[in-house]
Amino acid sequence: MNATQVRDLTREFLQNVHALPNGEKIDQCLQCGTCSASCPASARMKYSPRIILAALRAGKLNEVFESPTVWFCASCYSCTVRCPAGIPFTEVMYELKRLGIKKGLVGKKTHGRSMAETFVDGVYKRGRSSDAELICRYILRTHLTRAFSFVPLGWKLFRKGRLSLRTRTITGIEGLHRMMNAMGKGDAR
Amino acid sequence: MSVTTQPVYSYFPGCSLQTTNRAYDVSSRNVARVLGLEMVELEDWNCCGATPYMAIDSKQSVLLSARNLAISEKHKRDIVTVCSSCFLVLYKANRHLHDDSSLRAEVREALQAGGMVYQGNVKVRHLLDLIVNDLGKEAIERHLVRPLEGLKVACYYGCQLVRPYGEVDDPEFPVLLERLMGWIGATPVDFGMGTKCCGGMLMTTQPDIGVDLTGKVLKQACKAEADCICTICPLCQMNLEAYQSKISARFGEDCQLPVLYFTQVLGAALGLGGDDLALGDALTPVEMVLAGNRQGERHA
Repeated sequence: MNATQVRDLTREFLQNVHALPNGEKIDQCLQCGTCSASCPASARMKYSPRIILAALRAGKLNEVFESPTVWFCASCYSCTVRCPAGIPFTEVMYELKRLGIKKGLVGKKTHGRSMAETFVDGVYKRGRSSDAELICRYILRTHLTRAFSFVPLGWKLFRKGRLSLRTRTITGIEGLHRMMNAMGKGDAR
Repeated sequence: MSVTTQPVYSYFPGCSLQTTNRAYDVSSRNVARVLGLEMVELEDWNCCGATPYMAIDSKQSVLLSARNLAISEKHKRDIVTVCSSCFLVLYKANRHLHDDSSLRAEVREALQAGGMVYQGNVKVRHLLDLIVNDLGKEAIERHLVRPLEGLKVACYYGCQLVRPYGEVDDPEFPVLLERLMGWIGATPVDFGMGTKCCGGMLMTTQPDIGVDLTGKVLKQACKAEADCICTICPLCQMNLEAYQSKISARFGEDCQLPVLYFTQVLGAALGLGGDDLALGDALTPVEMVLAGNRQGERHA
C-alpha cells in the first residue's frame, strides 16, 4: 500500500470513528497505555490498543489492518471503561474489524473474521443462530484439520441433549429480510 | 387496600438458551414463576446479533434489536433477558436509537418495510437487576425455603452486564450477585476475578487465549476455596464448565469446580428441585447446591 492509499484509509477510518458516540475523543489519546494494560488479550496482540493509535498517528494503520490483531478483541470493554480520555476503544476495534473486511485487508481465513461471518450468515438465513450449525460451518470454513479437537466437547453436549441438529427459522423471516434489505448495508454509528 | 398491578415482562431467551444453555432457560422461568414475576416469551423474537454482527455491520445489528424492541412495545412490555450479551446488544441499540436521530429515521423506515413500528418506549433489563433491585431482599426472604448456609460462592459477572455503561452496577466492582447470595444464606468468597473476561468467543477462535483467560478465573476461584462459581452469562458458563480438564492440564493444577447459573443457585434456595433447575444438564457436579450444608460435610 502506497502513502496516498494509507492516507485515504486513515481518513476514512477517522471519519467513521468520529461518527460513533464519543468517537471524536480518539483525537485526545495521550498514549498512557491504560488500554493495553487493561486488555486481557494484549499480550498476544501484535498491535495492542495503545500501539494501534500510535500506528494511526505514524501513518502505519495499514499494518494494523493487515494483521489479525483486532480479531483478538473479545469485547470485554475494560479499555473503554478505564480510558482517561474517554475513548470508546472497543467501538474503535469494531470499526477496525468492519473497515478491514470492507477494504479486503484482513485474511479471509482469519479465525475471528470467519466466526463472525459464519454467525452473520446463519442469523440472516433463519433469524436465529443455531450453535451446532454455527460450529460445523465455522470448522468447514477454517480448520478442517483441527475438527477433531471439537469432537470430545460436542459429544459430551450431544449426550446431554444440549446439541440440537434441528434448526429453526423464525415465522417472520420474510418481514425481517424486507427490513434488512430496506436498511441496506452501512457503516458504524 | 391498595391494588397494584404487577408489570408483565417480555422474556428474551436468546439463541444459546434454546439448546446449549437450556438449563439457564428452564431455571430462569421457574425462578420467575416462584417469585411471581410474570414473563411472557417475546413473540417470534430474532437473534440479537451478538458481538459478531456488530463486527460486520453495525446498522443491521441495531435493526435486529429494533425488531425485538418493536414487538415488545406492541405488547406494552419491557424486555427482560438473562444473557449478558443479549442484554448489552439490545440495551446499546436502544440507547443509540434514542441518541441518534438520523439512525432512528433510517431504522424507522426499515421497520416499516416489514410492517413494524418502534417509538422508543421499551426498557431492556437483565433478570439479575430485576430480582435484586425491583423485588429486593424482602421478596426473596419471603420465598426462601432452604437457605444455602455454608455454601461458598465465587460470584462471576464477566463483562457485558456491567460494561461499558456501568448503569446496572459498577463496571469493575459490582455487588448485585454478592447481595443476592447473602440474602439466600450463601457466602460470597473474595476471589478478585468477578469482572475479568473469560475470553468469550476466543475459546473457539483463539483457544490459547481462551484457555488462559478462563483458566485464570477458575484457578483463583479454586484458590479462594469456593464450592462453586455462580455465573450470569451463558457463554461464560460454557467456557468455565466445559474446558476444565484442558485447563487443569495446561496450568498443572486441579481447576475442577461446579459452575452454576445464578438462577440455579437462587432456585435451590427457593426450594426448587433438580429437574426444575435442569441440574442434569451440567458437565460439572452441581448437585451440591441441593445437598445441604456443604461446608459442614466437608470440614466436620
